Amino acid sequence: MIEFRDVTKRFPDGTLAVSELSLVIPPRQVTVFVGSSGSGKTTILRMINRMVDPTSGTVAIDGVDVATREPVALRRSIGYVMQNSGLLPHRTVLDNIATVPLLRGEKKTEARARARALMDVVGLDGSLAERYPAQLSGGQQQRVGVARGLAVDPNILLMDEPFGAVDPLVRAELQTELKRLQHELDKTVVFVTHDIDEAFLLGDQVVLFKPGGIVAQAGRPAELLERPADAFVAEFIEAGRPRSILR
Amino acid sequence: MSWLVSNWSQVSQYGLAHLWLSIPPIVLGFVLSVPLGWVANRFALTRGALLTIGGILYAIPSLPLFALLPSLIGTRILDPINVEIALTLYAVALMLRTTADGLAAVSGDVKLSATAVGFGAARRFFGVELPLAGPVLLAGLRVVSVSTVSLVTVGSVIGVNSLGYFFIDGYQRAFYTEVWVGIVGTVLIALVFDTLLVLLGRALMPWTRRGAGGRRRDALAQSRWAVLR
Repeated sequence: MIEFRDVTKRFPDGTLAVSELSLVIPPRQVTVFVGSSGSGKTTILRMINRMVDPTSGTVAIDGVDVATREPVALRRSIGYVMQNSGLLPHRTVLDNIATVPLLRGEKKTEARARARALMDVVGLDGSLAERYPAQLSGGQQQRVGVARGLAVDPNILLMDEPFGAVDPLVRAELQTELKRLQHELDKTVVFVTHDIDEAFLLGDQVVLFKPGGIVAQAGRPAELLERPADAFVAEFIEAGRPRSILR
Repeated sequence: MSWLVSNWSQVSQYGLAHLWLSIPPIVLGFVLSVPLGWVANRFALTRGALLTIGGILYAIPSLPLFALLPSLIGTRILDPINVEIALTLYAVALMLRTTADGLAAVSGDVKLSATAVGFGAARRFFGVELPLAGPVLLAGLRVVSVSTVSLVTVGSVIGVNSLGYFFIDGYQRAFYTEVWVGIVGTVLIALVFDTLLVLLGRALMPWTRRGAGGRRRDALAQSRWAVLR
């Protein structure tokens, strides 16, 4: 369980990114943060692995305040997948997946063996193992990113708009794949997107943010759809519908 | 040609001396430029200051610098160390801007993602930023290498002999075969160093070759799509 208690983040330039956020992220479920840009959703995600430290308030994982954890060790214990995969361009697919186990001091042969197994888990052909990221398609790169995030078998997987930069067909494929993976692996996934469709598709719980990191509504997708808390929520959901077909 | 054959022992001796005089400044210039480049990028103030100092240093003519160094640092006048120190200064001055720019050009996304998966600051620098700046560093190092091999010849004027001796001697005696031997020899050394650096780069940075191939293929595939549309 990840818990935000009265979390506020003000950046040095004075922008208030998050104000007085209190939120509980249940374990072994997919929680999707959705909102337009500037809603603070990425900032909130990054507070979980201390990429960003809150100005006030606490973030706790299983009751332990993350501020008491050493940031580098904390990050190695949490999976992280980002847009454009964030892979290391100078390392092969296999070594990219093995990055975190190697950082933790695991033996190279063991780390690589696990990386190979993970390629299978995320649906990557073994023949790609020795390629470099630039030699893969966008979808393949994203799969490598997911495999890297899973390499140390973390309880928590943070995903920052992971499918934002791939084309719609590949995105749909990756979304389906993520649902299948989650069904098998049972991680606590926190997923950031600005796409409400993606949020409803993937989320067991959806948290819709207003600008300034304020929770507009949090709940199961059906709840947001059937009982939007206010006009902002209703509008945000409405704006996500495919207009061109309906009109 | 006959001059070259009859003087081969001196030519090869000075050629070897030329090699040994060139290597330390190139290596030291590269090694020193890395921490300096890091410092230059780290703080807004140091960047301007260091890059300006580098530019001014490189503007000092080499001959007076060779001659001045003994009085500045207390070395003996004929000691090759004067040439080595001066050439190292030039190498650093040349390399510093390249290193600083190369490090600054490493993708912010990659740095961010490296931090996010648990690279500490030092490991991120040596394991991610430095290798990714590699192609730019190599380009800079090739310039430094050629420039150093050429500047070593000036040392012959103050008695630190290299292939430069032959164009000074040949010029004084108006014997142009000897001048040409010095010039061609210097160019050959520069070419050998350059080839070695390129090969070293290929061995150490395999992703630049295969990666570039991949990107070219991608670009090609995209242009084909563009045609189909």
